[in-house]
Amino acid sequence: MLALVAFSVADGSAEAFSIEGLKFFGKTDWNPVEGRESYGALPYVIGTLVSSGIAMVIGVPISLGIAIFISEIASKRIGTPIAFVVEILAAVPSIIYGLWALFVFRNISRDFIERPLYEAFGGAIPFFAKTPFGLDVFTAGIVLGIMIIPIISSISREIIKAVPRSQREAAYSLGATRWETVRSVVIPYAKSGLLGASILGLGRAMGETIVVMMIIGNTTGLAAIPTTLFSSSQTLSSVIANEFNEAATTFHSSALIALGGILFLLTIAINIGAQVLVSRMVKTNPGARE
Amino acid sequence: MSRMKHKHRDEIQKAMQRHESRRLLTDKIITGVTIACVVAAIIPLGSILFEVIKNGAGAINAEFLTQPQGAIGEGTGGVGPAIQGTVLIVALASLIGVPIGVLAGIYLSEFGNNGRFSYFVRFFNNVMTGLPSIVIGIVGYIVLVLTIGSFNIMAGAVALSIIMIPIVVGVTEETIKLVPNSIREAGYSLGIPKWKITMFITLRSAKNGVLTGIVLAISRIAGETAPLILTILGTSLFFNSFLGPVDALPLRILRLATQPYPSAHSFGWGAALILIILVMTLSIALRFLVLERRFRLSHISRVLRRNANETTS
Repeated sequence: MLALVAFSVADGSAEAFSIEGLKFFGKTDWNPVEGRESYGALPYVIGTLVSSGIAMVIGVPISLGIAIFISEIASKRIGTPIAFVVEILAAVPSIIYGLWALFVFRNISRDFIERPLYEAFGGAIPFFAKTPFGLDVFTAGIVLGIMIIPIISSISREIIKAVPRSQREAAYSLGATRWETVRSVVIPYAKSGLLGASILGLGRAMGETIVVMMIIGNTTGLAAIPTTLFSSSQTLSSVIANEFNEAATTFHSSALIALGGILFLLTIAINIGAQVLVSRMVKTNPGARE
Repeated sequence: MSRMKHKHRDEIQKAMQRHESRRLLTDKIITGVTIACVVAAIIPLGSILFEVIKNGAGAINAEFLTQPQGAIGEGTGGVGPAIQGTVLIVALASLIGVPIGVLAGIYLSEFGNNGRFSYFVRFFNNVMTGLPSIVIGIVGYIVLVLTIGSFNIMAGAVALSIIMIPIVVGVTEETIKLVPNSIREAGYSLGIPKWKITMFITLRSAKNGVLTGIVLAISRIAGETAPLILTILGTSLFFNSFLGPVDALPLRILRLATQPYPSAHSFGWGAALILIILVMTLSIALRFLVLERRFRLSHISRVLRRNANETTS
């Protein structure tokens, strides 16, 4: 099936690559007007990396906190319902996140997060130097961060569970507090697995389409390279969703499919890497699960 | 001499106590931080559910559920075609995805012998779950839309089934593995062939888990939007042919939300509420009708987690 995906994407993007060649990866213009067509993927690659980077900065610490709380701190009676609620977050369809982000969170983000940041740092740090509008990479990144919390926290929990009990007991017997045990035993032991969990979250954030398309502002070409946190942008997936139905020429749609191909390769690489990290961690400690 | 020692010990003890209270304080602070993380995750969920119910409840009535959309911006009619389309397309996708997914899961746990081949299948199955759905939409577009020459319902169903299969495979394999070996051995001791044991004994004992997995996969694809843009396009009419565009709830929500009319927005919220209700009742109803009598939170939570891994691991 994976081969089918690879074949379709390669087949569909052949035209774009035959015309643009390798320049496709480095070009920044995007002009779908017939006769003057020219497409470059670079802005969207950057947009994808920036928005999912913000998502990671927000999602990873929160997810790890949740995983540690549920598996190390809370009793089972409190932990299980919390785990259940957090996982419901994953069951909410992404279109509903999109709707919420567009009509509710956008305003919260603009008025209570972005504006204060802008007023505090706008003059000093160029990252914040743009009047916030709400529809930008920053808002998109935050919502993506919320969306990847369930995945990262649930896998991290599995990983933390795989840390042998004896290791923890050794730390406790030396008189370590709970946090000291987590910091000096659990986290070092689970490090590679937790990294894998975070990377899986990254893959998810990069592939997310609808939410991003609704709140990132959807600029194209050079303008899609975000120069500040509050700039509009566009990601690989959202540009496909936005323009696919309006693509008038086969060259245009093939360029969009080529973007899909880049996204495909990126996420495949990320997933394979993360999968290896996570499964190695869980496999080497099969007896550790209770 | 001994008094000196005592004094020294007291000092050390005092220092240790001070140190200890600081350590305990750090511990408390970190506990607080992790609780804050939990709260930070729950607030958006609460906000989403609250907003959808608050804004959506007003839009729903009989006309909204059954009629096609009226003139743009007037706020008449409803989302009937979208509901119908979602039901049709999810049913078709399940027809394709469930048998393939369940059988592949059975293969992995019962017939694969944990060999090299099943290792690769499992590995790539996991990788597949991490593929962006828009990429899968591209597959549907290339394979079925271009060859048929028009956006159509089958392209959408196939794309959704590709999303569904890895989830079903993973859950099926895991649940079937939990069936105790003694049950299978009882079958062998009666001389029943392996395929019969698998189909009628093992699968049957694992029924609940497998069904839960299927329901979760269904509720996931019911909310998919991105691949549908590329495969069924969306329309404001009821389903009338296998060769033309179809509508679906997520697509309709997207279109409504991006129109500049307040009436369209309230329709969008209404459609979102229906989508959530559809997804939730599907899983809750099935859980109570077919599954365990007792509400076993831990089991559901485990399967949900699998699904959350999305699905990933």
